[in-house]
Amino acid sequence: MSWTLFATAIISAMLINNVILMQFLGICPFLGVSKRSSSAIGMSGAVLFVMVIASAVTYTIYDLVLHPFDIPYISTIAFILVIASLVQLVEIILKRYSKSLYKSLGIYLPLITTNCAILGVSEGNITNIWTANMPYWNGLGLAVATAVGTGLGFGLIIFAFSSIRERLDSSNVPKAWKGVPISLVVAGIMSLAFFGLVGVI
Amino acid sequence: MGVKDKVIKVIKVSNKENFLKGFVKENPIFVFLLGMCPALAVTSTFETSLGMGLLVVFVLTSSNIVISLIRNYIPNDVRTPSYIVVIATFVTIVRMFTERYSPDLYTALGVFLPLIVVNCLILGRAEAYASKNKVLDSAIDGLGMGLGFTFALVVIGIMREFLATGGIMYGNYLPFLVDAPIYLFNFDWIINGFVYLLNLIPFISFTTNGFTISDYSLAMFSLPPGAFISLAIILAGIQFKKVRKEEKLAAEKKAFIAEKKRIALEKKKAAALKKVGEN
Repeated sequence: MSWTLFATAIISAMLINNVILMQFLGICPFLGVSKRSSSAIGMSGAVLFVMVIASAVTYTIYDLVLHPFDIPYISTIAFILVIASLVQLVEIILKRYSKSLYKSLGIYLPLITTNCAILGVSEGNITNIWTANMPYWNGLGLAVATAVGTGLGFGLIIFAFSSIRERLDSSNVPKAWKGVPISLVVAGIMSLAFFGLVGVI
Repeated sequence: MGVKDKVIKVIKVSNKENFLKGFVKENPIFVFLLGMCPALAVTSTFETSLGMGLLVVFVLTSSNIVISLIRNYIPNDVRTPSYIVVIATFVTIVRMFTERYSPDLYTALGVFLPLIVVNCLILGRAEAYASKNKVLDSAIDGLGMGLGFTFALVVIGIMREFLATGGIMYGNYLPFLVDAPIYLFNFDWIINGFVYLLNLIPFISFTTNGFTISDYSLAMFSLPPGAFISLAIILAGIQFKKVRKEEKLAAEKKAFIAEKKRIALEKKKAAALKKVGEN
């Protein structure tokens, strides 16, 4: 396992298979929290934080518990429970040990349980990375790298989008397109731009 | 008609309304923007949209029934996790059935099949409706909302598949009722029919010159950018109608107020004239 493999995993998850524009995961926060760039940064920070921990934990559970005991079919139930309790745990720990981080990320944490990007990345790691022969640490490294890349890609897009949206508010949009429709058109054009990156790696 | 009959009639009407509200008035995708991820991701063809919608109908109806049955036994503090476990159980069942009976659909839906668990629509209905209402009402609500969701998905799916390929196919992913994939609709039929009708005129012969609509279709609409843009077009259409209605209402209100003012003014004038006349 060389470092280039991890770097490739990060770049590909961040830019080429972008979580919002290519995989359509996490559309709700993309449309909901992107009105101001400050809240977009807070949300993407929280998502990155939880996504990395959640993929590490779910990959571990799948590789060391579900697969050896031959019960991979309950992965959906196991993962959503783990993620829901993990979010609670992260919230409690942040509240106790890091008041400033809690202040900036705290209000976004409860929203993350039902953010499909987290569960989507955890499930995607199992289908794309996990194989029965792969050594545990290599798989875990790749899963975490993918999670970091996905979280960074989420942050990049949601921040760029919120900046566009701030300018969009003051521009003269036809009444029928105001709000969500014009935002979706902007997302479509961004997605078209990112489509040019397909095949780079 | 006694009071009892009236009450029963009211309940019956509300049942029907309860079922129909999910289609237009409270449509999950077009009005509430719930469950946007599958609405964008699996709607590249008509069939995948229909398949996804039917799976959501099943999960939503059964989870609504079960949650409504156990609603009085769940402590309030662990409400949401218990709902999620119920929903995840049904999603696991659905996942197994799809893998067994329609493996192509299973691969086409990919990660979005397990992601039905975190579909805001299902958890939202559990929280907002099933946890407060009786079993039958919850079942009807789930069925109606699920079919409304399916309706929205199918509308987007038909639009995208038609723009991307020029036809609507059935039988690739859902291997039910047909042996091989068939076209439900194809724009070439219209062109060929038109040419056939023109050829009925004597002394004239037309050919299509090898023209097929698939040479002129917009492949972008089956790709991710097309998903955003087609949903944007549909939502803009809905908003256009809403804006027009609001403008019409505002104009009517304005006209009504102006009419009232005019009448009041006339009355005043008449009163003033009367006063002058008396003097």
